[in-house]
Amino acid sequence: MDFNLTQEQLQIREEIKKVCKEFPDAYWREIDSKKDYPEAFVRKLSELGWLAALIPEEYGGTGLGITEASIILEEINHSGGVATVCHAQMYTMGTLLRHGNDEQKRRYLPKIASGELRLQAFGVTEPNAGSESTRIQTTATRKGNRYLINGQKIFISRVLQSDLMLLLARTTPYDELKDKTKGLSVFIVDLREAKGKLEVKPLDLMINHHTNSLFFDGVEVPAENLIGEEGMGFRYIIDGWNAERILVAAEAIGDGRWFIERAAKYASERIVFGRPIGSNQGIQFPIAKAYANVEAADLVRYQAATKFDRKEKCGAEANMAKLLASEAAWEAANACLTTHGGYGFAVEYDVERKFRETRLLTVAPVSNNLVLAYLGQHVLGMPKSY
Amino acid sequence: MNIVVCGKVIPASSVTIEIDPNTKRMVRKGVTHELDPAAASAVEEGLRLAEKHGGTVTLITMGISEVTIGIRNALAMGATSAVHILDDAVAGSDTLGTAKLLAAAIKKQPFDLVICATESSDSYSGIVPGQIAHFLGVPPVTFAKEINVDGTKITIKRQSESGYDIVESMLPALVAVSSGINEPRYPQLKGIMAAKKKEIKVYTAADLGLPADQVGEKGAREKVLTIGRPPKRQAGKVVTDEGEGGKQIADFLAEIKVI
Ligand SMILES: Cc1cc2nc3c(=O)[nH]c(=O)nc-3n(C[C@H](O)[C@H](O)[C@H](O)COP(=O)(O)OP(=O)(O)OC[C@H]3O[C@@H](n4cnc5c(N)ncnc54)[C@H](O)[C@@H]3O)c2cc1C
Ligand SMILES: Cc1cc2nc3c(=O)[nH]c(=O)nc-3n(C[C@H](O)[C@H](O)[C@H](O)COP(=O)(O)OP(=O)(O)OC[C@H]3O[C@@H](n4cnc5c(N)ncnc54)[C@H](O)[C@@H]3O)c2cc1C
Repeated sequence: MDFNLTQEQLQIREEIKKVCKEFPDAYWREIDSKKDYPEAFVRKLSELGWLAALIPEEYGGTGLGITEASIILEEINHSGGVATVCHAQMYTMGTLLRHGNDEQKRRYLPKIASGELRLQAFGVTEPNAGSESTRIQTTATRKGNRYLINGQKIFISRVLQSDLMLLLARTTPYDELKDKTKGLSVFIVDLREAKGKLEVKPLDLMINHHTNSLFFDGVEVPAENLIGEEGMGFRYIIDGWNAERILVAAEAIGDGRWFIERAAKYASERIVFGRPIGSNQGIQFPIAKAYANVEAADLVRYQAATKFDRKEKCGAEANMAKLLASEAAWEAANACLTTHGGYGFAVEYDVERKFRETRLLTVAPVSNNLVLAYLGQHVLGMPKSY
Repeated sequence: MNIVVCGKVIPASSVTIEIDPNTKRMVRKGVTHELDPAAASAVEEGLRLAEKHGGTVTLITMGISEVTIGIRNALAMGATSAVHILDDAVAGSDTLGTAKLLAAAIKKQPFDLVICATESSDSYSGIVPGQIAHFLGVPPVTFAKEINVDGTKITIKRQSESGYDIVESMLPALVAVSSGINEPRYPQLKGIMAAKKKEIKVYTAADLGLPADQVGEKGAREKVLTIGRPPKRQAGKVVTDEGEGGKQIADFLAEIKVI
């Protein structure tokens, strides 16, 4: 496959780099230390239309492919920022776009494209259902022309920075189902109207991720906010997984490049025992090895993205890209931290922040173990391992 | 209002410039290019005027095929169309040849205002705008730090050593804008996509009616005889402060007649 980027893709990369330059390390460092949300950064990206890359032109976006979207997110991380703060504004709408009806799309997509509405929260995970999403217990009970939502979610990111949230809730009790992947439904919850019945409790995490516990106490959702068919919600979510995996892989690659560049620079400059530490194989080789792994992961990422954009099956590639890229980034993070010695732990070098941030990508939005389970079962045909 | 912006596309700021010892010219082929930041300011000024008064903004640039990326950038910012003077025969043009070609390209369409940047960021001779104005037969209004257009009259604030002068001219005119006149906008993603569909006219010297011996190396009235490095800086003088460091520095400054 030919992965030479087109002129336009190269231009996208250059332009996003320029925008990111306005938000240097110090910006992200301060946001991180105060556990703030990088509002100025996200607003700027919205204004310039970057977060509407995947929304079709007829709804006010640019209708680009996952390849272009992945380049945007990669460059944010490569520049020292963290794309997870806004990646969901880019792709959460995919469920609405693919499975929503015309009325829903016309109502929401143009405003999401302009940034007037933020739809960047997706509530799936629950205390008793993480990797095993089909076990969720939050219920949506139909009462006339609305649904009442009751239950609890955990690790739901950017709820306080969103106007709308997609929610996966149970519409048929688990025990009544023959096919356990049915019985779940996706809703658009207008968070502005849920006040009083939805409690949002921010979680204190190792990283600044704007993630919360949610408690639903009879939150009312109009029936017209059901996406697609009742009971088909899990199917709709799976449909978004490949895109998400490719985008997360690209973010990891951006991180990997950041770590390698910082490490190589520091290794060439820091003099110990009368010579640059990078002239020692013990320092140089781990950086070179991480580089090779990041580049290899990048090839799989472009293979996955290219297939995705050609509408070919890409489950295997998308999963492999996420696995390889997140692991390569983590390897690069360790090489970078080792290279920086004690300074790697100093906040002002940004290595420790990126180190914490990139570690997430091996765990969320899906744990790499579950990626391996997918490859083992669905690609290699081995028995189901869980 | 028909606005023409002359902007150069130059090797990107991240590129280490090399000089070809044979031609004594900057190596440009195969090098990553970008719209000169000074030219981006000129484009921005053109866009702001067009947004205020209506009209079009045409970017004209002369350069090798590598400069297309910079043209696209100006189009993505919002320029209406672009003209690219692309011809092996114009290689080696000096400022005079450059100005002749640019002026000829400008004359190909109706124009009310030509905007240049005071000087380019790679060769910065600062001569081209005045020469273009000469060939167009329009007044050059230079060092503009602010532009206002009122009907057929243009008023600029011309930067001076102590502040600024107010200069007026009738249109058509050529304005050379100072660096820092504005903060050029970032292209919107939609702008980048729309730029794909905008027209880039390509002209050769012959298309512009300029005979080969008037442009390029053949037509150059300047000749680069030699290129050298500036002399190595002398080692500085270190003043150790033992209570009267300030006086020593003042004495030194007096000695070199700075104070
Ligand atoms: C910062 C952050 C943000 C998040 N944002 C969101 C969000 O916005 N929306 C949302 O819905 N969720 C979100 N999540 C949740 C995330 O998707 C889950 O944490 C993730 O899917 C793992 O689920 P869990 O934490 O319950 O782990 P568990 O399912 O409890 O798994 C624990 C460990 O056991 C392993 N494991 C489990 N089963 C098997 C098996 N069969 N074979 C091998 N290994 C196994 C897992 O791989 C993992 O390593 C977020 C999480 C974090 C940390
Ligand atoms: C003998 C000789 C040979 C040379 N050979 C070459 C060569 O082969 N290739 C080469 O690229 N340069 C060559 N140069 C340099 C060339 O003369 C200058 O790059 C060019 O004339 C512009 O000069 P400048 O950048 O100093 O313009 P300035 O006068 O500093 O530019 C001021 C403004 O004029 C406008 N402008 C200037 N140049 C252009 C342009 N090309 N397109 C659009 N607008 C413009 C812009 O608005 C710019 O901001 C040569 C110079 C000499 C003396």
